[in-house]
Amino acid sequence: MTEAAKDKTPQHSSVQGGPTTAPRSQLRDVWDQFKSHRGALFGGCLFLLIVLGVVVGPYVYWNDAKFLPTGRDFIKLRDMRPIYHALWDPSAKMDWAYPLGTDNLGRDTLARLMFGGRVSLAVGMAAMILALVLGSFIGVIAGYFKKLDGILMRMTDLFLALPLLPMILVAAVLFREALSKSIGPEGGVFVLIVCLIGITSWMPTARIVRGDVLAIKEREFVLAARSIGTKPRSIITRHILPNVLSPIMVSATLGIATAIITESALSFLGFGFPPDFPTWGRLLNDAVDRMTLFPERVLWPGILISLTVLSVNYLGDGLRDALDPRIRGR
Amino acid sequence: MLTFTVRRLILAVPTLLFISLVIFMLLELAPGDPMAQVPLTVPPEVKEKMRLALGLGEPVHIRFWKWLVQFFWIEPQVLIDHIFGTSFSAGDLRVISWQTRSPVMDIVVQRMPQTLWVVGTAYVVAILIAMPIGIYSAYRQYSWFDQMGTFVSMVGFSVPPFFSGVLVIVIFSVQLGWFPSIYDTTLVVDSWDSFVKQLQQMVMPVMVLALQITAQLSRFMRASMLDNLNQDYVRTARAKGLGEYVVVMVHVLRNSMIPVVTVIALGIPSIFGGAIITEQVFKVNGIGQLLIGAIQANDLPMVQTLTFIFAVLIVLFNLIADVLYGVLDPRIRYD
Repeated sequence: MTEAAKDKTPQHSSVQGGPTTAPRSQLRDVWDQFKSHRGALFGGCLFLLIVLGVVVGPYVYWNDAKFLPTGRDFIKLRDMRPIYHALWDPSAKMDWAYPLGTDNLGRDTLARLMFGGRVSLAVGMAAMILALVLGSFIGVIAGYFKKLDGILMRMTDLFLALPLLPMILVAAVLFREALSKSIGPEGGVFVLIVCLIGITSWMPTARIVRGDVLAIKEREFVLAARSIGTKPRSIITRHILPNVLSPIMVSATLGIATAIITESALSFLGFGFPPDFPTWGRLLNDAVDRMTLFPERVLWPGILISLTVLSVNYLGDGLRDALDPRIRGR
Repeated sequence: MLTFTVRRLILAVPTLLFISLVIFMLLELAPGDPMAQVPLTVPPEVKEKMRLALGLGEPVHIRFWKWLVQFFWIEPQVLIDHIFGTSFSAGDLRVISWQTRSPVMDIVVQRMPQTLWVVGTAYVVAILIAMPIGIYSAYRQYSWFDQMGTFVSMVGFSVPPFFSGVLVIVIFSVQLGWFPSIYDTTLVVDSWDSFVKQLQQMVMPVMVLALQITAQLSRFMRASMLDNLNQDYVRTARAKGLGEYVVVMVHVLRNSMIPVVTVIALGIPSIFGGAIITEQVFKVNGIGQLLIGAIQANDLPMVQTLTFIFAVLIVLFNLIADVLYGVLDPRIRYD
């Protein structure tokens, strides 16, 4: 794509009296297009805000997510309502020190939400990176080497025909014990879930990347590179990869969204992290039993999952428009 | 077209074999022990006998072969026996669940109607809602209706079913008390009252499932309509003096439906996957809940069979989508 944009810049117009405006960099073009997509801008800001909130939040916030009150404190601190509850029910049990209330064990909800957000986002990003690396690798190899194309694409088709959610559920249960023993209960589950999501979501990326590589491979600059004796390895890394970066980035944003939803679904069904290790899905699952009495405990984790996924989806939408030179400038 | 269908059918066999091998090996390689739940007081030699009784004594390839024979040879015979009253399968060993000690397929057949009812209704409702939305937002592109549609479908994409399900329970059954939060599968529909009850308990699961499908389908319908609205044949139709209704609803719609129909076919298996979560939220005892229960109880034959059924659905509907595309679009000829 870099080459495509270079062709467009008015290099030869100086012959007829020079360019009227300064040449624009490609990044600037992308940013301008991105800015004009209001949803994308909003989504990007919201996503940054959520990331900032869960990363910086626990350092600023005064309550500890892991603190479990005992004895009299337990009775005093448990089942606290969020502070806004006082608007319609002044007699509700609440405390300004616990803005979103506490759960049935007296743990602070806001602190747990922030901690859970860290885990959910970390799982989403790690799984996305794994899927992206796998997908780009397979896509580039399949697109560049004709001999491997058939077999790799058949493999992609087979993976797409697998019932993914049931298999993730089965694998999550069957491999949990062994991994927990070797890496530790939380680390083991983290590695397991990231691997499972990554291994089951690389196929779309591989297909898109392969298609783009097939087109770019035939372009003159690749021929030029090959004619001066560049090895396939450096052709791929220096000439082809930078040009397929934009579809990879778009599938990266969408990958985060699906990874977060899958992780939350796993935790919601009880196949994810251990109960004392909060993620948004886990918090939602824990709250379902008492949702008649404490609906707010269901709402907050659910809203956060939905908002994150929504913002990431809008971000991906805007990125796709911004990075596509055919749409850009319209 | 027929040769293409036959070729695809033959190609589906190695795919399914490969998938069954993957599922089998996944369960095989897993470090979990099916005897882990047995009390520690049971002596090891008895445990070994129990293991043999479950058929775990033989080498991997023999067990895989036996499972294939049971699934592809004996179970169809049972089905034929059931329909025609013959006795081909008498005395043959079927796939037995470790939980209930009864044949897996019998339990699946018991659970299937609940899932089919909920999922099927949701799919039909979603299609009925998505089509007009897609058509109108394409016809009035960038109008406020279109913008709303984009936003709502974006929300539909983003809100996971385990949250939207819980949300509608909180709103409609806890706060308003309109619908029951638990799906009662023992309800027998034999009178008007029980029919109303059945409708009431189906509203929420169907709503949750339909929201997601509608979001996808309406976007797809819109994109497909937009592709066709600028085509030359539309201008020709208008130039001939045809009414706007005929142009859009007959000429454009019929051509736009071609990709949409294939997407509808492709989406059916994934909807069964999504139903796993929705069934868990509303406590519908369909096959999704059966799968979750079987995984938790370490009932490997059941898990294997159910996962494989999901795989068969995916392969089957992929095939149907491919064939439909060829049948509906005369420009596409595979052979």
